[in-house]
Amino acid sequence: MSRDIQYSREDSNAQPPSLFPEYKSTTLRSPSAPLIRIPQTLTETTGPTGCWDKLMGRALADLTSQHAGVPIGQRIVVSGRVLDENGKAIPDTVMEIWQANAAGRYIHVRDSWDAPIDPNFTGTGRMVTDEQGRYSFTTVRPGAYPWGNHHNAWRPAHIHLSLLGPAFASRLVTQLYFPDDPLIALDPIANSVPMPYRQRLIARFDIESTQPARALGYKFDIVLRGPLATPMERSA
Amino acid sequence: MTLPDNLASKLFGQTPSQTVGPFFHYALPWKGGADLVGQSDLGARTDLFPPEHDLLNASSPNGTVKGDRIEIRGTILDGAGHPVPDAMLEIWQANAAGRYRSADDDRDHLPLDEGFVGFGRSSTGEQGDYRFRTVLPGRVPGPGNSLQAPHIAVSVMGRGLLKRLVTRIYFENSEGLDDDPILNLVPVERRATLIATRENPQTYRFDIRLQGAAETVFFDI
Repeated sequence: MSRDIQYSREDSNAQPPSLFPEYKSTTLRSPSAPLIRIPQTLTETTGPTGCWDKLMGRALADLTSQHAGVPIGQRIVVSGRVLDENGKAIPDTVMEIWQANAAGRYIHVRDSWDAPIDPNFTGTGRMVTDEQGRYSFTTVRPGAYPWGNHHNAWRPAHIHLSLLGPAFASRLVTQLYFPDDPLIALDPIANSVPMPYRQRLIARFDIESTQPARALGYKFDIVLRGPLATPMERSA
Repeated sequence: MTLPDNLASKLFGQTPSQTVGPFFHYALPWKGGADLVGQSDLGARTDLFPPEHDLLNASSPNGTVKGDRIEIRGTILDGAGHPVPDAMLEIWQANAAGRYRSADDDRDHLPLDEGFVGFGRSSTGEQGDYRFRTVLPGRVPGPGNSLQAPHIAVSVMGRGLLKRLVTRIYFENSEGLDDDPILNLVPVERRATLIATRENPQTYRFDIRLQGAAETVFFDI
């Protein structure tokens, strides 16, 4: 027996195109031929289960306690749920995150901007969702930073998120943005997603998850491609 | 007017994809991510961040993995034919018996392999190059009563890729290529872009061309 799960397809309204000329790096890195649509087989509807610690390693959910000292910046706690398109929680799935420090500098040799490095901040973490699909991590709010895409180009403050979900078909890499950031409307990467779907990438400030005298709370749910219908058993 | 945000119920739906960007190396490609059968650090780029900021896992299989060991290597090229040094590849495959290490593959009559997960990750090097060490996957069912030829699912991510590209690695001269239900959906003249060429008995070459002449076939799954 094998479970005959089929996943929904990419939502072409909500997902960015591969070619978006305002984001210049897409011009030579996007396919020119149309994608070939294939049926989902066991290859696409399965994914590694219950072995995250063997692969990416143990959880790192507090990015402010990875070094001897405390990193500089506004301490924040980001929490939310990982759901499928039916609103069902996705438990036991890994989310990996990375970001710039509070000054907008990445701990990466190719980041040549002269904003300061913070020796107490690496900016990477990973966590596994609980049985209700919930996650939470503590970090500092990343800074905006300039990049070379066009004259006076600045990336809005963002946190990178990488999720596998239950299947090869549910893989997602995205970015979380912060409310009321005027740079979002000027950013070709965020703007590759048309309105109103772009607003799905904007976290919400949340006083309930704000920790008294410790950290500002932001909420952000992630919705992955989900099963089309109740899985049916079929004879092998 | 206040715009809706991530939690607005009227906007509920797929979270849009965004690029992985150029700075993922200290977060995603763990040490050994590209070595599904051995004890090396293959896949990581620890040259791209200071050692005191190395929080990457070092992952190795526990036990001996069954099957024919192979190496798959290649180069990722852009539309101008230039190597792509800041891409990341992920692979997902069945074990040598044709079983996926997944809760959604419940074909219990096929053995799981304790040491083998079948999920791998590699960054590209300065020349756009990558290498995976793994085993040749077994055959798995396709639509209806079909049987697929041995293959590995591939995701390509990188700066300039707003969403991942999906392709497959098949193997030159392997059984089932002529009858593979997925390959048969690809125009004959483009099928070769999906078939790794055998350089020697243990080594296959699979280059990925993101755009232009001989562009790799990418799938809508």
